Amino acid sequence: MLTTEETELINERLERAPNVTETHVFDAMWSEHCSYKSSKYWLRQLYTGYDGDHVISGPGENAGVIDIDDGDKLVFKIESHNHPSYIEPYQGAATGVGGIMRDIFTMGARPIANLNSLHFGSTDDRRVIDGVVKGIADYGNCVGVPTVSSKCHFFDCYTENPLVNAMTVGYTNKEIFTSVPKQKGVVVYVGAKTGRDGIGGAIMASEEFSEGEDKRPTVQVGDPFQEKLLLEASLELFETGAVIAAQDMGAAGVLSSTSEIALKGGYGIDIDISKIPLREEKMEPWEILLSESQERMLFVLNLEKTAEVKSIFQKWDLDYVEIGTLTDTNNFTVRVKDDVVCNIPLKTLEAPELHRPTEKVKRKDINIPVVTDFNMNWVWEQYDSQVIGNTIQGPQIDPAIVRIPNSKKAIAMTTISCAPFCYYNPRSGIRNIIYDCYYKLLSVNAKPLGITNCLNFGNPENPNVMHDFKEVCLGMSETCEELLFPVVSGNVSFYNETSGKGIMPTPVIGGVGLIENYEDSNYNISR
Amino acid sequence: MKTAIIIFPGSNCDNEMGRFLYACTGIAPIRVWHKETTLPKVDMYVLPGGFSYGDYLRAGALANLSPIVKELKKTDRKILGICNGFQILCEAGLLPGTLRINKTQKFICKPVDITTWPVHYKRRIPIAHAEGNYYHPNSSKLVEEQKVAYTYSSYKDDINGSTRGICGIRNNNVLGMMPHPERAFESYHCSQDGFKIMDDINA
Repeated sequence: MLTTEETELINERLERAPNVTETHVFDAMWSEHCSYKSSKYWLRQLYTGYDGDHVISGPGENAGVIDIDDGDKLVFKIESHNHPSYIEPYQGAATGVGGIMRDIFTMGARPIANLNSLHFGSTDDRRVIDGVVKGIADYGNCVGVPTVSSKCHFFDCYTENPLVNAMTVGYTNKEIFTSVPKQKGVVVYVGAKTGRDGIGGAIMASEEFSEGEDKRPTVQVGDPFQEKLLLEASLELFETGAVIAAQDMGAAGVLSSTSEIALKGGYGIDIDISKIPLREEKMEPWEILLSESQERMLFVLNLEKTAEVKSIFQKWDLDYVEIGTLTDTNNFTVRVKDDVVCNIPLKTLEAPELHRPTEKVKRKDINIPVVTDFNMNWVWEQYDSQVIGNTIQGPQIDPAIVRIPNSKKAIAMTTISCAPFCYYNPRSGIRNIIYDCYYKLLSVNAKPLGITNCLNFGNPENPNVMHDFKEVCLGMSETCEELLFPVVSGNVSFYNETSGKGIMPTPVIGGVGLIENYEDSNYNISR
Repeated sequence: MKTAIIIFPGSNCDNEMGRFLYACTGIAPIRVWHKETTLPKVDMYVLPGGFSYGDYLRAGALANLSPIVKELKKTDRKILGICNGFQILCEAGLLPGTLRINKTQKFICKPVDITTWPVHYKRRIPIAHAEGNYYHPNSSKLVEEQKVAYTYSSYKDDINGSTRGICGIRNNNVLGMMPHPERAFESYHCSQDGFKIMDDINA
């Protein structure tokens, strides 16, 4: 919810009071989840590569892009879906996987591998464990992307704050598409219909949980079949040359995707939300804007090729609607037919950056239990790790190795998490984690290329949590610079607290490395 | 040998199947979209694995209604269905029996040993399915009529609950199997027995 100061600032920026729809718009866009207002400053300190290196696109885009020569590019990112996975483990985890895969193919790359890092309270927590694992499996298996690595960590503090971090690696040898439009065009909505699921999801993920509240309606529902169609249709669409910019609809759905795409391009945007296909009746304008229904994408298209574009979506039986255009006004204008329900300068949507207070705390000693009663094969067998036929090793062996289609190149990849290190000393903790990741990749003769991070923390309003966060960011920056191991993408998940009990600082690192010729080494293949 | 891969919305093993068929035959297979109403003239049609129509309703049930399946019912050329393709062929009535949800209620992905019928040889091929629990009320008759093509070698372990551990069925020109031969032919795969499966088909 917006604070009093924030409401005042909005009135000041607009020089008037916002209407109902606009208030909802600000509420969502200024939430921690969408705005990164507490973390932005520290994230800017991260090492993201130097001019002229192999990083094509760093943090700020849908995913990071790395050049691996011969025109081949890798696109990867890790993302959390912690809050929804506690409320509704199956759908929460499934839509987490769906969301991260969409981030990858939005950039024009085909997902070639999924990885995940899971943190649970204990091995007895079957509701969450069974649900999360089945959710990840059902979604990834159906879309046909191999899940090549999965790691489970158990500690008390995750009982009411389980962490579900999903990573996807994509590959393309064609053009990379971003969410920055370089020219004006028609704004097009494609994919599934919009419903009331997930409304307020971004805000939910920006608050602590308390007992007894029912948050279930804020969890999205996944449809992997729809995602598979969207994946194939999008990749065909990119080939036509009609795409100016692309953005998937994640947190705060239509609202954040339309406003971000316009803001990044330096344009205004004018959309008519009465054109958006709905699956429920009588939805309010703000509900349509904030819905987090899954499997939807936004494209800015060059109209000259409309017929070709339409035939692609017809072939894949997906909804295709022109909902508006980019304009020169710098305004975010939303209409319902002829009624303007929201008209605000786009710049006002950028939340003010916060410099939250930090304070060091001396940590008590904790006992880290050694888990021996959990069978990882039970998890791994539920994932289709072999689909596409390029898996060289994994998930039984770490790091996973996946061959680049029709090439001798292979990609080594892994996720690393060790929260207890960071609990005692966040700065040296993250250093250990990154070195661990670096050496894991070296161990299979891979050249480490870059990392993606998922920073899971408690409530940032707590100065102790903020201190940990600051130290992790600084430690990551130092270590990555030392190793020339750039951070190319990432995600921050704050408010992993329920009833005042938070998690240990839990940064999860996803690392990717290149093997020039997989035939050179005899990998220990899991047969 | 010329081949064609029939692609349904939700098929996701079509690319590796293409590479596998190319490795076996030296000719790149033709890709056929499920809305087509004529079949290209080739020696074998292949229905790849995946989740056609998201496996909604029942695995293969909706794909069975595609126009191309009508054409498949008329042809006397070879038809091979892998995994989801097997499920579609059973739904279409081209193969006897049906495939139910695994008795573990879970997706299973692992390499397994399978045995050829009626002459027994061993093949090591990965499986990856949630609905591979083959059921037929009269399995002795299937054996008698030589319709059983493959069984799991160690069906004492009972991988998914299939009748007699059956994982492959043939009926005249049609063969369906749950294991994925297209995941067993590259140097880094669990085996290269996929080629032997192709020989079994052509024998």
